[in-house]
Amino acid sequence: MKLILKIWRQASAAETGALVAYPVEHVSPDMSFLEVLDVLNERLIAQGERPVAFDHDCREGICGSCGFMIDGAAHGPSRLTTVCQLFMRHFGDGATLVVEPFRARALPVVQDLVVDRGALDRIIESGGFISARTGSAPEANSILVSKEASDRAMDAAACIGCGGCVAACPNASAMLFTAAKISHLGLLPQGQPERRQRALRMVDTMHHLDFGSCTNHGECEAVCPKGISIDFIARLNRDYITANLTSAREAIKDV
Amino acid sequence: MRRQVVELDPKVPSGRIEQKWSKHRFEMKLVNPANKRKYKVIVVGAGLAGGAAAATLAQLGYQVSCFCFHDSPRRAHSIAAQGGINAAKNYQGDGDSVYRLFHDTVKGGDFRSREANVYRLAELSMAIIDQCVALGVPFAREYSGYLANRSFGGAQVSRTFYARGQTGQQLLLGCYSALARQIALRQVTMHPRHEMLDLVVVDGRARGITTRNLLTGVISSHAADAIVLGTGGYGNVYYLSTNAKASNVTAIWRACRRGALMANPCFTQIHPTCIPASGEHQSKLTLMSESLRNDGRIWVPRQAGDRRPPGETHESDRDYFLERKYPSFGNLVPRDVASRNAKEVCDEGRGVGPGGRGVYLDFAAAISRLGDDVVRQRYGNLFEMYERITGENPYRQPMRVYPAIHYTMGGLWVDYNLMSNVEGLFVIGEANFADQGANRLGASALMQGLADGYFILPYTIGDYLARVSPADRISLDHHAFRQTEREAADRVMKLLSAAGRRSADSFHRELGELVWNQCGMARSAPGLKQALARIPDLREEFWQSVKVPGTGAQFNQALEHAGRIADFLEFSELMCHDALDRDESCGAHFRQEHQTPDGEALRDDEHYCHVSAWEFTGVGQPPVLHKEPLAFEYVKPTQRSYK
Repeated sequence: MKLILKIWRQASAAETGALVAYPVEHVSPDMSFLEVLDVLNERLIAQGERPVAFDHDCREGICGSCGFMIDGAAHGPSRLTTVCQLFMRHFGDGATLVVEPFRARALPVVQDLVVDRGALDRIIESGGFISARTGSAPEANSILVSKEASDRAMDAAACIGCGGCVAACPNASAMLFTAAKISHLGLLPQGQPERRQRALRMVDTMHHLDFGSCTNHGECEAVCPKGISIDFIARLNRDYITANLTSAREAIKDV
Repeated sequence: MRRQVVELDPKVPSGRIEQKWSKHRFEMKLVNPANKRKYKVIVVGAGLAGGAAAATLAQLGYQVSCFCFHDSPRRAHSIAAQGGINAAKNYQGDGDSVYRLFHDTVKGGDFRSREANVYRLAELSMAIIDQCVALGVPFAREYSGYLANRSFGGAQVSRTFYARGQTGQQLLLGCYSALARQIALRQVTMHPRHEMLDLVVVDGRARGITTRNLLTGVISSHAADAIVLGTGGYGNVYYLSTNAKASNVTAIWRACRRGALMANPCFTQIHPTCIPASGEHQSKLTLMSESLRNDGRIWVPRQAGDRRPPGETHESDRDYFLERKYPSFGNLVPRDVASRNAKEVCDEGRGVGPGGRGVYLDFAAAISRLGDDVVRQRYGNLFEMYERITGENPYRQPMRVYPAIHYTMGGLWVDYNLMSNVEGLFVIGEANFADQGANRLGASALMQGLADGYFILPYTIGDYLARVSPADRISLDHHAFRQTEREAADRVMKLLSAAGRRSADSFHRELGELVWNQCGMARSAPGLKQALARIPDLREEFWQSVKVPGTGAQFNQALEHAGRIADFLEFSELMCHDALDRDESCGAHFRQEHQTPDGEALRDDEHYCHVSAWEFTGVGQPPVLHKEPLAFEYVKPTQRSYK
């Protein structure tokens, strides 16, 4: 296969970027999208040019490092797929593909296709945990969790923190990301004591970090490589509203 | 180079094995709670071991600085572990016990691990599950709400806990959440996108590290009262491995260059069920959890050269070689045995798929017995992953699998306290050598990482810190820090100024192929000598003709990569030295000269029942061997047999 990749090149956050077209030949349908970039980078290095920067690590779709826009879609055209698991058999020979970084004010570009997703860590740090000191845990089977709740929690916990949902959202909202963690922990009995405060803290943090609000477009769910459902956003809203109607907000002010 | 006096004292406590750890916990010194905040600890790596350690040390009140090269501490390679984590809970009432898990792990390690460490690991396995559940890890459950278990990779009891096929991810996110909480509390200063380039050692004590900020290129140093390395394994020395692309040996290799001993580097594990390479462009291999072997049957055509599609190969023309050779364990034999047998049948010309490098893993029998739905419930995400990568539907045709490098049992030598021979340098998780012996059993890596990070290091580091004073911490103005920074900066400059045209990746591929062929699934003296002759030349070529574009004062992934390859080019030589020196077969280290008539690894307990701990003496110089003898008081060494 032959392809033309129009790739966003930007040396640093301080510099302006532009799309640069690179023809790539001898692409095998069994190559992953990142392997095509590997081949291109080998060529650029041989020519003494700066290779295209992109985050990646496990290349198994689980670490959440990779992710960029292909023809305007986060992680490209295949459903439930990260770009590292996107194989070239899904593209036609001779196609021209536009490859850009995730765009959101809260996820600024570092270089080329690499963005800074630290804001997602800030959301987790504000409340995405159960405060269980090492060594304080009771015997594991003393906490019974219905299979239904456990499976549902696992559905939400599958989030890989790639930021694709933010990039796909017209408002650059991190609602799906935040909802996934609030739901994962809120569905489990262990997560109940901190449930309301967690919802308040995480949602407030998200709003303070240049993420937009959710207006139910559903683009996030459509691109999520792990199929996280927007039903979890409804759970988030319920927890957040309930927390605001109770004394939870007073409680976090005291801390 | 100044030779050091090395004393290899494993510091194993006296007494019955069941009492060693509790006795030791009482005997260790404690740091006064009011003084803990005065101590500073550096943790390098934020995987299961590093993340758990950083979070727990912070909870205890120490000032923790944690470094990782990823953009977030949630991305370490622990995340990719699929299958599960062992614990001797005996929830199934099927005869499991701490002693049985201990016994299985020592035996699985083919009698090359330290008994006392392994017992402690088995003992702590239960607390790990408790802790993870408390943190909200959504382990699989029965309809009753109790935790579910499965049997895994060669175990005859069901002791493996799992979260679909994403156990590593869920355990890591548990650690990460605990760590995130401590970051918010300012007990941990997190340094993402920082790579450790060197260890700073003054008068035999680890005093700090030198790092490169990967965003800005700034090289700087950080001082602490103790340094903890949880930087993972070095499987990427083989280029194609199941490890994440950025996993590397740099932190532990740099520590080795500063005097820490590297133990058993030739113990590298091959995982039997990976998706075979599809062509030249292959950048990494993907592992399929070996839980698949619980229900999948492994076979190849009986006749070499039989190229019929699997569906047309009649039952009588198939060779279920593991079931045939190992009737009692069948498809569940340990990883090394399964891997070598797969290689053997492919070497006989009976392999399937591109290049004949594959064997079938067939679910037809399981699907007709259990139905698509049950199989989907058990392995759904693995089947999807396989189909996504290969374009083939494993519900309708057998998977093709082939062994790949997956885990490294070798690593920096540590004593019972997880401290290396360099005072104040602790090494945890896959980065150390201690518990897995010559072969790791399935679902034991997650267990070891978390045992080290949550439950062992936080105690043993206190015993060390109680003996040193935070007032003695060396200031960053000390010449040792300046010197180490200069050396790190010089290396960066040297990489950038090499006037070649070859990418670092091309050297990595070449090195990988060399060590895979000569120091991979099977090794021999002539092959290892060939590798030892070639590696120094390859290293020389690298420094002459590598091309690293860009500058050091910017985000430069090509530069990061080249630095890691440079270290692999040094480390790989030590790995081959070790493999050549260990003139026996044991576990995953299979020397072709030493096998039983059945083709099993043939140990030589008389001469090699020891840990080989290597001292670095200079690049290209022969390393010096130090031996820690191993004694087996509880599990008597036997020839492993899975017949």
